[in-house]
Amino acid sequence: MEDSRRRFLKLAGISALGLTAKPVLDAFAKEHAKAPAPEFEEGPKALKAMQWAMVIDTRRFKSDADLQPIIDACDKIHNIPVFENKRHEIKWIWDEEYEHAFPTNPNKFLTERLKDTPFLVLCNHCENPPCVRACPTQATFKRKSDGIVLMDYHRCIGCRFCMAACPFGSRSFNFRDPRPFIPKITMQYPTRTRGVVEKCNFCAERLAVGKLPACVEASKGALVFGDLYDPKSEVRKLLKAHYTIRRKQELGTEPAVYYIV
Amino acid sequence: MKDRTLIITGLIIFIALVAFPFWYNMGKASPQPDLVLTAKAKAAGACVMPTAYMRANHMHLLDAWRNSVVRDAKRVFVNPQGKTFNISLTKTCLDCHSNKAEFCDRCHSYASAEPYCWDCHLDQSKENK
Repeated sequence: MEDSRRRFLKLAGISALGLTAKPVLDAFAKEHAKAPAPEFEEGPKALKAMQWAMVIDTRRFKSDADLQPIIDACDKIHNIPVFENKRHEIKWIWDEEYEHAFPTNPNKFLTERLKDTPFLVLCNHCENPPCVRACPTQATFKRKSDGIVLMDYHRCIGCRFCMAACPFGSRSFNFRDPRPFIPKITMQYPTRTRGVVEKCNFCAERLAVGKLPACVEASKGALVFGDLYDPKSEVRKLLKAHYTIRRKQELGTEPAVYYIV
Repeated sequence: MKDRTLIITGLIIFIALVAFPFWYNMGKASPQPDLVLTAKAKAAGACVMPTAYMRANHMHLLDAWRNSVVRDAKRVFVNPQGKTFNISLTKTCLDCHSNKAEFCDRCHSYASAEPYCWDCHLDQSKENK
């Protein structure tokens, strides 16, 4: 009898405590619920695709001088620094010899043209990107809406796993603060900071306002950009009409940059 | 207990040293800096969200903006009044609040907050330099 009274008093005490806890918890909950859920929309002029892709007509390029305006257009708008030291170099789009760009298509004797023509290389925005799998913080990710492989510099911890994972060398690491090494800063675009990896973003910021990538615009038609999964897109038309190759296709990363040779 | 005086003096010195920041700064609390609005910000009247919200939560809003643009490709913000804004720290925020040194930095240094926004994003008011 006495035992059960004790139990009753214990339970009553705990219940009373529970009743006083609720208003406190409510007050805490209210504090966090105060922020209204913000709403976000896409811009009205944004270009959309299932998977953005590029076709590079290498027959149009004879020498480095043909590539330079394209590379410069990108470097300028994206605030790419210039480092004398090759090991610190930051590259978004650059020129490469055929043998280096396509090391697994070995032909003992190359045609004169392939041997001498510089190839334009950039991030391939693979459909199956190994860099994304390597990133421990999901700082680099494949955007679901259009297949661009993007960097979130805010999240990058600079571990460089992505650089090791990328078979195309498309990623550069900021060993130094890049700002003092940018020839002319474009105010509209952020720079990067020391300790993050960076790479081509297929001009995501331009696509969002209805513009094509800067390199495509500067290429006078040698670079063509479009949706890989739209049968009517320019890219698909070219792929249908020409034989194209891709870099290290056998690795299965499904690069989205195609080369007409 | 013959060391009593020694111990007590030592304790007093110790407490005085530990409390040094308090008594040294007594009565010298620096006043909270006033927000300086540019003419353009004054003319606009309202920010993207109510002033009280912005004052307390601008960092959370900026985080939400950042995630929306970088990860979801959604670059337009719709506020509760239904007004739309282009999401951009430098093109939207700094367009009105072009006085970063007075508007951002003074409060941040007062509150000892060191946001790393400006490691990458550019202060538009220094454009001509």
